[in-house]
Amino acid sequence: MKPLQFYNTALPGVDCSELQGTLIVIEGPDAVGRSTQVTRLRQWLEQEGHAVLDTGMARSALAAKGIKQAKEGNTLGPVTMTLYYLTDFADRLENEIVPALRAGFVVLTDRYIFSIIARAIARGEDRRWIEQVTGCALIPHAVYYLRAEVKDLVSRVVRGRGAFDYWESGMDMRFGSNMYDSFVRYQTRLIRALDQMATKYGFETLDATKPSDVIFQELQSHIVNHGLQKVGTSLETNGAVVPLDHTGSAAQQNPPKSASQRKH
Amino acid sequence: MRSRGSSPTHGSPPPASLFVPNRFKGKLIVVEGIDGSGKSTQMSLLSHWLRSQMIAVAFSEWNSSPLVHETMQRGKKKKMFTPTTFSLLHATDFADRMERYILPLLKAGAVVCADRYAYTAFARDVARGVDRSWVRNLYSFALRPGLSFYFRVPLEVALGRILGGRNAIKYYEAGMDLGLSHDVEESFRIFQGRILAEYEAMTQEMGFHVIDATLSIEAQQQQMRDIVQKKLGKSLQAVALRSLERGTPSVDETAAVL
Repeated sequence: MKPLQFYNTALPGVDCSELQGTLIVIEGPDAVGRSTQVTRLRQWLEQEGHAVLDTGMARSALAAKGIKQAKEGNTLGPVTMTLYYLTDFADRLENEIVPALRAGFVVLTDRYIFSIIARAIARGEDRRWIEQVTGCALIPHAVYYLRAEVKDLVSRVVRGRGAFDYWESGMDMRFGSNMYDSFVRYQTRLIRALDQMATKYGFETLDATKPSDVIFQELQSHIVNHGLQKVGTSLETNGAVVPLDHTGSAAQQNPPKSASQRKH
Repeated sequence: MRSRGSSPTHGSPPPASLFVPNRFKGKLIVVEGIDGSGKSTQMSLLSHWLRSQMIAVAFSEWNSSPLVHETMQRGKKKKMFTPTTFSLLHATDFADRMERYILPLLKAGAVVCADRYAYTAFARDVARGVDRSWVRNLYSFALRPGLSFYFRVPLEVALGRILGGRNAIKYYEAGMDLGLSHDVEESFRIFQGRILAEYEAMTQEMGFHVIDATLSIEAQQQQMRDIVQKKLGKSLQAVALRSLERGTPSVDETAAVL
């Protein structure tokens, strides 16, 4: 496993040579199915004998509540929002991610600096500024970008939640006079920003419009092929292994599907 | 990635890339200095004087954003901060004040007086071990002050004022997170010493107007007013927002030379 390092600025007090774990990032726009995949990957990795930490945006002990409250109001400016998310990110990086890596965990991150950068750029903030500030992040071992077009995202929102969210539509910037128009323009900007970063930062881009199971298998195979996961010792059960479906509960029947799912 | 504002040189005005030039009608005046330097008193007196000149004055204090307040309190109370998160949350507070308050008021032509500015972060955060060029880049979205006053005071004098009669020094204020000493006062002394050194090192780079903070309050204030008059006088007269009064201001009042 390649030793971890920072993009361009070391965090005070972090010795990279002590970090033994694996840092995996799942990126992509809203409503694309990232958290579903993170949950499945977590279960799989744990079954393979790895300790896993999963972490995601706006979940830090320090800033989660403040971000939520700020978004409930009507005064959160674009640069302020970016910096609040960066505070949240740095808190998780230093207090959760680094200690987990030190302990040899696999860290699965739902979004990373890239979503923060994309949101900042979509709001017209200075690219070099935000790239430089996020330079204090660790370089992940792998970044999997679940890519979809805006029309796919729209259809997911309509079929899924059934309503457009103010912040996911970028309505703070009013990219359109209604949430649909704003959503389309804002998400288009986000996708463009992520696409550019995919090249620059070396993402592995996956088609998020494929069925969830297919995406999961692609992720598994990428992770195994990159040597990011050592195949663990599993019980030999002659194909009668009970598969876990994506909600984590054991399925009642149909072993044949599991044999190809579980890669040995 | 080329970093902006890195490796600043001494003896020159603030690096052109460090802040955003202020092209608005209003003027931004900043006071800096370690705790106990008397800067807040001086800023207050200056703003009274500007108001007496019928100039619209607004005031912004460090670490005062209501949006960030609870998070800041939580972090301090539960000792959750690292040098980096401490720096970033203060930058968040600063950004909120800049976007919502300072920038709109400058555009409207007011004079904004800031008690502490990005320089406080440059001094304190670096004293905590945060990367010098990283923190300068962090604040590169800030508007460039028209005038920055640095109140220079010997460490012992400042410490005497602070440790003399106030409330107990708090954990982060004393730099207790840095493990400098088990004793709060000793830690505070060492920490403030480091901050002082950072201020001194950036004085020329940032183009501070240095005021001797051991002079009398009146003498310091006179120096401040003289500098404001000399450097900003004409533009304040010409473009700054006059504070409105019922009835027509007399010719004498409007002709009052700054």
